[in-house]
Amino acid sequence: MSDILLRIEDVIKSFDELEVLKGISLELKRGEKIAIIGPSGSGKSTLLRTINYLEIPTSGHIYLDGELVGEKQVEEKFVRTSEKMLARFRAQIGMVFQGFYLWPHLNAIENVAIGPQKVRGISKEKAFALAEEMLAKVHLDHKIKEYPERLSGGQQQRVAIARALAQEPKLMLFDEPTSALDPELVGEVLKVIHELADEGRSMVLVTHEIGFAREVADVVYFMDEGVIVEYGPPEQVFEKPRQTRTKAFLSQLFSH
Amino acid sequence: MIEFFKLYYEHLPAWWPQIVPAIGNTIGLTAGAYMLAVVLGLILAVGKTSKIGPFRWFCTGYIEVVRGIPSLAILFLLYFGLVPLGIVLDAFTAGFIGLGLSGSAYIAEVFRAGLEAVHKGQREAALAVGMTPFASFRYITLPQAIRVVLPPLLNMLIMLLKDSSICSLISTPELMLRAKDLASEYFLPMHVYLLIGVLYFALAFPLSLLAKMVQKRMSSSRRVTE
Ligand SMILES: Nc1ncnc2c1ncn2[C@@H]1O[C@H](COP(=O)(O)OP(=O)(O)OP(=O)(O)O)[C@@H](O)[C@H]1O
Ligand SMILES: [Mg+2]
Repeated sequence: MSDILLRIEDVIKSFDELEVLKGISLELKRGEKIAIIGPSGSGKSTLLRTINYLEIPTSGHIYLDGELVGEKQVEEKFVRTSEKMLARFRAQIGMVFQGFYLWPHLNAIENVAIGPQKVRGISKEKAFALAEEMLAKVHLDHKIKEYPERLSGGQQQRVAIARALAQEPKLMLFDEPTSALDPELVGEVLKVIHELADEGRSMVLVTHEIGFAREVADVVYFMDEGVIVEYGPPEQVFEKPRQTRTKAFLSQLFSH
Repeated sequence: MIEFFKLYYEHLPAWWPQIVPAIGNTIGLTAGAYMLAVVLGLILAVGKTSKIGPFRWFCTGYIEVVRGIPSLAILFLLYFGLVPLGIVLDAFTAGFIGLGLSGSAYIAEVFRAGLEAVHKGQREAALAVGMTPFASFRYITLPQAIRVVLPPLLNMLIMLLKDSSICSLISTPELMLRAKDLASEYFLPMHVYLLIGVLYFALAFPLSLLAKMVQKRMSSSRRVTE
């Protein structure tokens, strides 16, 4: 088994005329944590969404653990796989959205348990036991019966993290997990993500929290207008950026 | 005034045994048509947003066309119009299929609005945990859409109950047909139609109360989007 968990190979994504990703390549080793930073509209969310094929790349390929995501190779050609196969890949990738997207008709524990139940066919008892364990991991063992609308934003996002963890994913994707939160709730969510990072989980984290990215990321990528402008260890990218675009972005960020 | 009620007192014992089975038929007709309309309506609503071109065109076309045709025309078509093709439907079957077909076009629009009210992130979160598109529809989108569409869906049931009376025109043995027969047999149209009106109301009113109750619960309980 190679130690490359995720490989993004020259991914281009266009929406009609608009080319949003202009040939992105990137590798993530098992256990590695990548942070992606960049201005609004640079394509960070789109990149994250192509990793689990919520967006289908216009060209290029994604490999998870050496296997093609969303495609298979027939002779020399790449063809789309069935929705069933695609679902099987997505189950291996946990995703946390900026807007949480908890399911409002289910309470916290049901939100976490329904995936294992319906996706992996685990019995209800086992799925609930697993869900309870995951909610404890995000420090919400006292809220398991609450419905999303009765939870704060920070609590909702932690349930969403527990929901992703219950997939027992190989890789976690975070798309600006704290951007929709009131400032006083950001800390509790970052703390949970930090704990997950310390467990040695592989993750891709899109964030504007530079301080946090610096603490947890092994590699930082700076994206602008659909290309990766530069990448490297956080100390280098944040302190000695090589590209003027990176410098401009960072200085603008710190001036706020 | 006394005279007025005396007539009911006299005739009700003779009418009632004829009316009761007709009420049963009206309920059966309505229930059958409604089930057909709901199932078809859901399929049409899903079809209207389907990625499969021909299916989408068919569903969109069906909804538009059927909404533009009077239910009565559909009933006549089914009951009389198919006979030259050798298809002879009995009045009850023609009635419930006709009402179901025409109701489905409206119910499709109700479902479509309900499905659209569910934020697209809800479905994406379901896909992201590894649900298939079908599972995400079944467990995530549909249950939320149902909460939105339940009140209008109940209102559609009331409409259908009342509309079932037009099946008397193709001689489906339901309440209105029985009323027409009794009215002409006893020469008491006012008495008969008032009674029938009260009976329709007695069937519809509990549904209308239920619809109001559901509406209240839905608007006060868990919000649907996000
Ligand atoms: N489904 C879509 N259809 C058309 N255009 C889209 C779609 N999704 C994203 N875009 C466009 O792609 C560009 C990149 O969007 P994206 O959301 O990936 O940026 P981002 O880097 O995540 O920005 P932000 O920091 O604001 O979240 C934007 O111009 C956006 O309008
Ligand atoms: Mg984004």
